[in-house]
Amino acid sequence: MLSTIFENYHYSVVIVLMMTGLYVVFSSRNLIKKLVGLSVFQTSVFLLYITIGKVKGGQPPILVEDHGSSSSGGGGDEHHVEAATNMMASAGETVTAAGSATHHASEVIYSNPLPHVLILTAIVVGVATLAIGLALVVRIREVYGSIEEDVINDIDHSYNLEGTAD
Amino acid sequence: MDILSAYPSWPITHGAALLVVLPLLLGAIVSILPREKMAWAITLIVSLILTVTAFGLVLTIFGGETQLYKLGGWDPPHGISFVIDGLNTPVLFLISAMALLCTIYGLPSVAAEVEPKKRAPFYAAFLIGVAGLLGMVVTGDAFNVFVFLEVSSISTYVLVAMGASRDRRALKAAYNYLILGSIGATFFVIGLGFLYMETGTLNMADIGRILADLDGGSRVAMVAFGFITVGLGLKLAMFPLHMWLPGAYAHAPSFVTVFLASTATKAALYLMLRFTFTIFDPSFDYVMAVIMYVLTGVGVAAMLLGSLQAIFQTDARRTLAFSSIAQVGYMLLGVGIATAAGLSAGYLHLLNHAVIKGCLFFALGAFWYRYGITRCEDFNGLGKMMPWTMGAFTIGGLSLIGVPATAGFVSKLNLVIAAMERGWGWAVIIIMVTSILALVYIGRLLLAAYFQSPPEINGEVVVRNEAPLMMLIPMWFLALLSIAIGINADLVSEAARNAASVLLGGGV
Repeated sequence: MLSTIFENYHYSVVIVLMMTGLYVVFSSRNLIKKLVGLSVFQTSVFLLYITIGKVKGGQPPILVEDHGSSSSGGGGDEHHVEAATNMMASAGETVTAAGSATHHASEVIYSNPLPHVLILTAIVVGVATLAIGLALVVRIREVYGSIEEDVINDIDHSYNLEGTAD
Repeated sequence: MDILSAYPSWPITHGAALLVVLPLLLGAIVSILPREKMAWAITLIVSLILTVTAFGLVLTIFGGETQLYKLGGWDPPHGISFVIDGLNTPVLFLISAMALLCTIYGLPSVAAEVEPKKRAPFYAAFLIGVAGLLGMVVTGDAFNVFVFLEVSSISTYVLVAMGASRDRRALKAAYNYLILGSIGATFFVIGLGFLYMETGTLNMADIGRILADLDGGSRVAMVAFGFITVGLGLKLAMFPLHMWLPGAYAHAPSFVTVFLASTATKAALYLMLRFTFTIFDPSFDYVMAVIMYVLTGVGVAAMLLGSLQAIFQTDARRTLAFSSIAQVGYMLLGVGIATAAGLSAGYLHLLNHAVIKGCLFFALGAFWYRYGITRCEDFNGLGKMMPWTMGAFTIGGLSLIGVPATAGFVSKLNLVIAAMERGWGWAVIIIMVTSILALVYIGRLLLAAYFQSPPEINGEVVVRNEAPLMMLIPMWFLALLSIAIGINADLVSEAARNAASVLLGGGV
């Protein structure tokens, strides 16, 4: 049990960040702090993806010269699959993806580049979300004069009681 | 298939890609246009092309075949593919047709509700939102779903916030939607990460095949399923995760409310179906447990509590928003029944509800346009002041309750039959009870509109003032469509049966 935890210590970073982020989003009443929490939460997911892309003993996924000449074209794909298989074996999961993967084990092992590519997209999405969120907070500040959720709710509530809310 | 032969061949062969690329490209162009009329005209043309293309795809699919569109010619597990099958084409058509109707409606409505200099960007955000929704429905790649989900969500946050010039609470509604929507999307992407760990692929068909080989896979797949269900549940306003919805619907511009109510939650529900039934499979224990206990339970809770809350709202838009949450409950109940009949009833309700709610929110937007009202007490005498709009609202309302010869009746009837076949008598009782609750919250508005006299200002009765024709046309189109479905539902039912057979037949 304990050894499992230590073997997978990299996940603990992800879990701590994830829970911190989520907690900040829900507990904070300040609109900016909520966005900070949201960013931390999203970042933890980026780390999760990047950790699963690492293959034990794998080098950065750049095609090695002499190997590239022996199998051009489809070679890259085989290595993707192989890298994924190795990755899962190292993480202690059932090896599934490509039981059919041929054994080039003596050759170069690459880390799996796909999660990095995915996360590049997710980072862009996260930046866009944060930008929209901050823009909204600026507008809220202009209109309500506050970025504290309680104050804003009070203002809206009294506004409703006056019956002018059309 | 006669209509199909009239089509040129390109919308059929490249339709899947066109649906996404066209609005995405033109969204960028529209955002820098100086004149709002120009922006509106381009949006109209784009949505018209999308509707025609999607209709062509619907026609091809009635043959029962599944098409795979390979982007860049790369073969599926490695390349990204778009899938066209019986499950997603009706939703594609729904989204593009609603985009078209909303655009027609938008000319007067957006002019009244959005500041002049923001109107061209408004249409741009709308087009990008449409592209995102169509993309997440058409794609066959699981990570692509996340990207398109975020494309549509981000533009929706902007669209909701555009209501600020009319009602400043729109800003807070947009902010809340952003926080919850992002959490939902992030949960979804965590789930995808686990799914990738388990299977080593992102292609939906491939994931489905590998999971089936593993007979459901290890605990990683279970966790993945949990995260994906919660993430999509947030997007589709599944009952305890619906808190963003009433605010967003009540304070957004009318145009956006209609579009959100009839497409955004529907696309998310489609994804839920896709993931639950074709990527995961009900034959796995944990999936079946979630369908049986979580989705059904949540659906029933949504039906009851959503309808109850709808009764106690003072704002008509909030009433309809809570009613939407209840209606999502009906669809989830259909999913929970999990037989072919139940699934097709749930799917049918998905399509019908889009028509009904579209019609109702169109009418509410028209009331706001003429008199600036959305509160329930302001409905007094509207039947005399705006007879045509109120007529459409009445048809939509009756359809929501489920009066015979309307669309709502057809889907509720199917749902009841499916529940009876499954032996779930209690579900039938709950459907009856919630229909009565719907009668209360819609009936309250109708009574005020038809049996109260119009308000008097300085002793004079407010004059009759009908909504402009541009608003009446899409509204009445949906109202008549809802009656047409009520009288003859063959076409829609067949689409729903096709979808159910895709879901249960397996294979993306």
